[in-house]
Amino acid sequence: MLDHTAAQAFVTIKNAAKSYGTLEVLKNINLSVERGQIVAIIGPSGSGKSTLLRAINELDPLTSGEVWLEGVQINRKLPPRQYEAHVNQVRQDIGMVFQHFNLFPHLTVRGNITLAPRMLKGLSEAQANALAVEQLAKVGLSDKIDEYPSRLSGGQKQRVAIARALAMKPKVMLFDEATSALDPELVEEVNLVMKQLAEEHMTMIIVTHEMDFAASVCDRVLFMDQGVVVEEGPPSVMFQNPTQERTRNFLRKHLSR
Amino acid sequence: MGLDFSVVPGFFGSLLTGAGWTIAITVCAGILSFFGGIVFAVIALYGHWALRLPVRVFAFLFMGTPLLLQLFLIYFGLIQVGIDLPAFAAGVIGLGLHFAVYNSELIQASILAVDQGQYEGARTLGLSRGQTLRRIVIPQAVRAVIPPMGNNMIALLKDSALVSVIGVMELTLAAQQAISRTYRPFEFYLAAAFCYYIINLALEAVLRHLERRIAASR
Ligand SMILES: Nc1ncnc2c1ncn2[C@@H]1O[C@H](COP(=O)(O)OP(=O)(O)OP(=O)(O)O)[C@@H](O)[C@H]1O
Ligand SMILES: [Mg+2]
Repeated sequence: MLDHTAAQAFVTIKNAAKSYGTLEVLKNINLSVERGQIVAIIGPSGSGKSTLLRAINELDPLTSGEVWLEGVQINRKLPPRQYEAHVNQVRQDIGMVFQHFNLFPHLTVRGNITLAPRMLKGLSEAQANALAVEQLAKVGLSDKIDEYPSRLSGGQKQRVAIARALAMKPKVMLFDEATSALDPELVEEVNLVMKQLAEEHMTMIIVTHEMDFAASVCDRVLFMDQGVVVEEGPPSVMFQNPTQERTRNFLRKHLSR
Repeated sequence: MGLDFSVVPGFFGSLLTGAGWTIAITVCAGILSFFGGIVFAVIALYGHWALRLPVRVFAFLFMGTPLLLQLFLIYFGLIQVGIDLPAFAAGVIGLGLHFAVYNSELIQASILAVDQGQYEGARTLGLSRGQTLRRIVIPQAVRAVIPPMGNNMIALLKDSALVSVIGVMELTLAAQQAISRTYRPFEFYLAAAFCYYIINLALEAVLRHLERRIAASR
């Protein structure tokens, strides 16, 4: 399982390709993310950003290519039963936050956060509770622990979703447009939580349409278009001095706002 | 011959006992139809074909034939193959399975209506397919299905009168026995109808309470 042949980054994606029928959504993508690094993925709608992110935790498995996390190949080819067990295991290390939160409406905030740690990590009720209290304090929602998600605002829901992911103590966090479904005045509270995670050196891969946010928290920015990484670099270069015409065109539209 | 309700009080005891059995059979069959409905729904949607096929045939038979016939079959028919059920048990099983099939249809539809994001949220945390189904999908599907399933429960209460034909001394049969002794069908059928009405009101109150309880968690 451990790859000793090549010095690998914390998260490594090699020659990733993905097709839906004849539609090539990802074409030979390579990406390395070091521990503690924060990478933003930007690009026009339909460029494959979500598909790439969802390939990392096998929600949308690649057609070909490899995904590695800390020396373990995520998308190993295994017989169905072993594959299922393997994927369930590695997903515990990969937190993911969705545009539409995907909180469990039939559980309270506490239930949402404690479910997976109790079921998968064997935590006792008391341990899981302590974890929920700790994670909620982090996202500033200690007073909402016994609410149902339907009683929360969008920004609060997303912060609970982040707390739920963090309760699994993931090695890396994936964000797929975490603030796109929020009213503008609620975006900042979620961004603040993400910035705080950045300060704690959480490894993060963030798909976003918010260029200011990407510029202020990310170490590296990837620009994707039509299934390829057109250009990547530190935000200072990417936002001020991109080399590719396609990147410049995209940023002209998105930075002028 | 005019109406004379003064004969009814003399049979209060047996009518009340009958009402008790009606409630008992409705509650037992209701619980069986609830859990049976979940099991049938899960098999219909996710089961191996070797399980799915018999369940489908079974559902077809239970939906396509009269409940009365099903009760006869379970109570009288099974004796021939050596299964001699007490009338109460036969009634609960017949009613319970019959309505389990209808509940299963509702639950299947509401399982399929659970948002894809719920599966993604659960699988991303590392839950297996089975865990996702048990802890996330089915609880939500069941919550969504409580109101329409409540209608099935009310139908079940009314259809419980059918088990009088296999000799369960429930409300309808208690009324019939009183009638055979007094020759006062109108009075006693009306008294029985009144009892059904009261039980129905109680059942509706319980269902409304349940709906309110789950409203917050939808
Ligand atoms: N399940 C699917 N079946 C077929 N095509 C799909 C499927 N999922 C995504 N696609 C296609 O793949 C391409 C990339 O989609 P993806 O969701 O990754 O884009 P994106 O960059 O995240 O876009 P957006 O900014 O709108 O979220 C699109 O053309 C989309 O239509
Ligand atoms: Mg997307």
